[in-house]
Amino acid sequence: MARVLINLPARAKRGEIIEIKTLIAHPMETGYRLGPTGAAIPRDFINRFLCTYNGEEVFRAALFPAIAANPFITFFTVATESGEIVFSWTDDHGETQTEVRQITVE
Amino acid sequence: MRVLVLAVVAATGAAAAAEIAPGDRRSGYDFAGPESRAMQDDDTANPGMLGVLQGETLWATKAGAAGRSCADCHGDARSMKGVAVRYPAFEPALAQPLDLEGRINWCRREHQGAPPFAGESEDLVALTAFVAYQSRGLPIAVQENAELQPFLDLGKELFHRRQGQLNLSCSQCHDDNWGKRLAGAVIPQAHPTGYPVYRLEWQSLGSLQRRLRNCMIGVRAEPYEYGAPETVALELYLMERAYGMPLETPAVRP
Repeated sequence: MARVLINLPARAKRGEIIEIKTLIAHPMETGYRLGPTGAAIPRDFINRFLCTYNGEEVFRAALFPAIAANPFITFFTVATESGEIVFSWTDDHGETQTEVRQITVE
Repeated sequence: MRVLVLAVVAATGAAAAAEIAPGDRRSGYDFAGPESRAMQDDDTANPGMLGVLQGETLWATKAGAAGRSCADCHGDARSMKGVAVRYPAFEPALAQPLDLEGRINWCRREHQGAPPFAGESEDLVALTAFVAYQSRGLPIAVQENAELQPFLDLGKELFHRRQGQLNLSCSQCHDDNWGKRLAGAVIPQAHPTGYPVYRLEWQSLGSLQRRLRNCMIGVRAEPYEYGAPETVALELYLMERAYGMPLETPAVRP
């Protein structure tokens, strides 16, 4: 499991625009670099990021090899109701890391 | 590149080597661009915090024959507040100073009975970052005493010694020509205020030793090995030179 930092307000007013910041530890290896022995370092990066809010998709991103290591993705959404915000990162091997955060909307 | 290097050498020839006056000292933070500074200022955007997070896990992880974690002896990591600003510090058993990475590995060997982390390994840098993070904001306060003096003198001598195919000393760039440009980059004053730093060029956290090796490769000198006494002496001199400047760990640098 990669280390993840997610920042979003724990409480928000209904209709408020909230900022969500995510940071995940990942080498984002492009597959184009050579290691110390001259052999190519195998490609390994996150190619998809998805955020759902109570099951509804609110943000999606496709990532390509120009993205630096430890991708930092920040975006805005509207606080509609209390519930779960789910974040998922999918890498080249098809493995998905999922993180869940709660938000209370008053 | 060659023209620039020659320009630097020419400029240096004119000015006598002078130490930076305390009032003129500036952290690398002040030389970084607004985007890098914004990354450092916001803990939720600072990728160095991922290393601190990993270090926090390692702090509580049992290791070695003794089956002890850092936390089993030291307790809460807040006990480490004010420690990083004192390093490198003298270790009587070795009769030489240890930097924070060296101290952590010493602790692992002596008190945990565990193999030391490899130089510049991700775990070592992360644990160092976590310990140093506890001292963030505190002024650098490396000790001055008779035991450390010879190593301080060695560090100072190395800082002023011309090295490598370019025949440049640290001092020629960082004392005499700071604030000017070397290719596209501004030359900072070389104050180690935020180590381990997240360097965008590295795309990872790295130690002061790694930075020193980078600089030495830059002047085409043979870099010292990780943990070499010369590197620790240089670190000691740099910390003494930055005495009183606040620690920023984990800093973000270009």
